[in-house]
Amino acid sequence: MSEPAYHPEEMMVVAAARLLASDDVVFIGIGLPSKAANLARRTHAPRLAMIYESGTLDTAPTALPLSIGDPELSRMARSVVSVPEMFGYWLQGGWIRTGFLGAAQIDRFASLNSTVIGDYRKPKVRLPGAGGAPEIAGFCRRTLVLLRQNPKAFVEKLDFVTTVGTRCGGRSRQQLGLPGRGPEAVITDLGILEPDPDTGEIVLTTLHPGVSAETAIAATAWPLRVAETLRRTEAPTARELEVLRALAPSHESNIAGLIPSARERGR
Amino acid sequence: MTAFLELAEAVRRHVTPGCSLAAEGFTHLIPHAAGAEIIRQGIRHLRLIRMTPDIIYDQMIGMGCADALVFSWGGNPGVGSLFRLRDAYENSVPHAMEFEEHSHAAMAHAYAAGAAGMPCAIFKGYRGTDYPEVNPRIRFVECPFTGEQLTAVPAHRPDVAIIHAQRADREGNIWMTGILGVQKEAVLAAEVSIVTVEEIVDRVDERGGGTVIPHWAIDVVCEAPLGAFPSYAEGCYDRSNAFYQRWGEISKDYDRFREWMQRYVVSSDDFTDFLAKLKADGYV
Repeated sequence: MSEPAYHPEEMMVVAAARLLASDDVVFIGIGLPSKAANLARRTHAPRLAMIYESGTLDTAPTALPLSIGDPELSRMARSVVSVPEMFGYWLQGGWIRTGFLGAAQIDRFASLNSTVIGDYRKPKVRLPGAGGAPEIAGFCRRTLVLLRQNPKAFVEKLDFVTTVGTRCGGRSRQQLGLPGRGPEAVITDLGILEPDPDTGEIVLTTLHPGVSAETAIAATAWPLRVAETLRRTEAPTARELEVLRALAPSHESNIAGLIPSARERGR
Repeated sequence: MTAFLELAEAVRRHVTPGCSLAAEGFTHLIPHAAGAEIIRQGIRHLRLIRMTPDIIYDQMIGMGCADALVFSWGGNPGVGSLFRLRDAYENSVPHAMEFEEHSHAAMAHAYAAGAAGMPCAIFKGYRGTDYPEVNPRIRFVECPFTGEQLTAVPAHRPDVAIIHAQRADREGNIWMTGILGVQKEAVLAAEVSIVTVEEIVDRVDERGGGTVIPHWAIDVVCEAPLGAFPSYAEGCYDRSNAFYQRWGEISKDYDRFREWMQRYVVSSDDFTDFLAKLKADGYV
């Protein structure tokens, strides 16, 4: 049987989904992390507890949410808590195992920038900003990072440190007062990078099918370290692709039917 | 006693130039009708506070209502940029603004501290990040018991909080259900609270679920059906994801944005009129 054709982004989402176990409790951002978690829950991790920062605990959306607070998320949640409770008790209190983050830039210790490109006061691009990321990266027991690998994203020095990776500014997580291991894997469209247990530097450990180590090295602005024994990701299965491609946000709203037309208003 | 006012009158009385305003909503129950009324009345020099400024804040910023924005995530969820916010930050369009930037945890704790009458919030945020370098209101204190270094941010004490809820009763008690974000905290932290509601009923309580904010914490109630659009009110109508996706195309260019705002918001009689125009032109 020939392997089904797929897009590199699909490989990335599938590889990320496979890192989530059924007993995991995962704090999810919108975009690729949300796709990966929803894919995992629909395939090998049916009991995965998904948490969105809007306060929805253990939710099971039937459609892919467009925002972190879609109606589907609260309707399908086991519990909905306030945002102060979410960030205070659940996140800072240490009740969330895995944080799932994306970013615009990453450095060799997997610290992330999602704040600005360029100077903070006069940036080239103002990005949306931190949201929950600094404390998600700080207080989940581990984090997974998802972003496309290219030299503009995999940089020698971040324009802004939004979240701390395995270490930052010469200090370890422990010295910074951050519990947990921090980033456990960085999943890209080319492969997977994992931190060296001694130095915290992320090392290329796995390549996706058809990708060479040279490609990954060329897509990284710092001299990327490559593991002695490189693993090879299994291509997405037909089942994984089928489930992933069926994930779509719901665009239906009943709002139009509720708005009185100008004629009705004038009666 | 809670006053029952027309939305335009409530805004005229309480949202005054120079005041600090938290019009909160975390994806759900965003008080869009109130924001549109502020724009229609041309109120300026506001210090806007919001965890997740979305389309209505983008509109207020683009229309020149704000001198400052205190925020923790400024984007169009699942879609991309808020172009008016970006233009204000990157190019000072329509004018230069002050930006005080936080994380969600800091904002949430700052509202909770404001609700509890505290001068500041203490938590374990921002450790190792660059935020304390760019925001002088992020400071550090020592725990008097353990010596641990903790983060402090000032409590939010907005002059005015505006939220949207599903129901109020005739006494002014507020009932809401679904994702409640920081709305209760914003109301309790504010000097004046205005709540727009889908409907006014005889009595609300929590026996059938939901959350009530009792009437003595509510200054003003305004009836504003569909007043959260394009956000949503659980149990009443869904989020218009389609409108969020179209917002980029409407707002990317400043002149096109101004023209659109003039046609749909500024020259509408009220929010119902605005919605009818959107419907007539196929936006919903």
